[in-house]
Amino acid sequence: MSEKLRIATTSLAGCFGCHMSLLDIDERLLELVEVAEFDRSPLTDIKHCGPCDIGLIEGGVCNAENVHVLREFRQNCKTLVAMGACAINGGIPALRNSIDLRECLTEAYIDGIGVQNPQIPNDPELPLLLDKVHPIQEVVSVDYFLPGCPPSADTIWKFLTDLIAGREPSLPPELVHYD
Amino acid sequence: MKTITIDGRSIPFEEGQTIMDAALAADVYIPHLCHNPEFTPHGSCKLCNVKVNGRTCSACTMLAAEGQDVINNSKELNDARRAITQMLFVEGNHICPGCEKSGNCQLQALGYHFNMLDAHFPYFYPRREVDASHPDVLLDRDRCILCELCVRASRDVDHKNVFDIAGRGINAHLIVNSATGKLADSVLEVDDKAVEVCPVGAILVKHHGYEVPIGQRLYDHHDIAEISLMTEGGGSDE
Repeated sequence: MSEKLRIATTSLAGCFGCHMSLLDIDERLLELVEVAEFDRSPLTDIKHCGPCDIGLIEGGVCNAENVHVLREFRQNCKTLVAMGACAINGGIPALRNSIDLRECLTEAYIDGIGVQNPQIPNDPELPLLLDKVHPIQEVVSVDYFLPGCPPSADTIWKFLTDLIAGREPSLPPELVHYD
Repeated sequence: MKTITIDGRSIPFEEGQTIMDAALAADVYIPHLCHNPEFTPHGSCKLCNVKVNGRTCSACTMLAAEGQDVINNSKELNDARRAITQMLFVEGNHICPGCEKSGNCQLQALGYHFNMLDAHFPYFYPRREVDASHPDVLLDRDRCILCELCVRASRDVDHKNVFDIAGRGINAHLIVNSATGKLADSVLEVDDKAVEVCPVGAILVKHHGYEVPIGQRLYDHHDIAEISLMTEGGGSDE
């Protein structure tokens, strides 16, 4: 048997909902691990990405660390996929794009109702926030887009099985949703 | 009876009908967004672009005439229509997962219709004013596509002239006819046609968000072509 495909996944400015949806393929995960193994992913806790066949990116780009992680994925993954609304257009986190960043932080950490010990977090360990939340294709080139919030397990499964079988992935209308 | 051909099919028309009118009456779907058969055609969204004897024009404003050979459902036209839909998405702030109109939105449904998987163009993320002043109606300009259906409905049906468009090009925006410019100070009422007619989530009735569960919304299982012909097509009312 030939070597297994390697798949890496990450959540940038996302809610892990797309990863939950990936797990939602349920027993089909067993079929998947017959032909593929996971590299860097919240599922393996591997911290850095090695050479991979498929990279699944959940979430948009909202801070400096997201940029580093995304570039690492692009450098290592033959096929890079924007998985879910946030990776494709910023999604819910991008709602802050029409609000000034300082105003946003002030509301959340200083003036917000019920805030105790008000201060804007500035620990050096925290990645710096970007001025705006960006779709991932504004930072790296992206090979495929999987819309949905999250894309359903069936959508992810259809896409992965097409890709793994060497077919051009195509989603029938009932699997294309933006919410 | 006089006829035109659309994609090789002979379609009858009456004097004064547009290509869109004739197509809808014959249950032929031509994609459209700013057009609503209840109102005077506007011809602004350009999604109904068709080729008439080789020339591109808007089906909703072009009068049907003997000898017209119309191409509607071609790859070239649908690619252009997808690009127009993508441009509409990047020009505003259309965050579907956070919008009450999701599942019932014509812009979203057209994205599905054209199998739009991403917006292709860079997002503008414009700053647009939200007007939540009215007790029953929310105006979120983030999602306004400037189709002017509310302008037409308020003027021609409600006879109130509540809405208009101000500014030009990228600065064009929906304005409200009141001393303060706020919806609360206008004569708009929740039952007005102008509220009902919004094809996207720009004008929303308050207190009724997310009433229909996912899976039962208008476009969850039906393509916009199907819904359009069912509600606007030849067999819809008669």
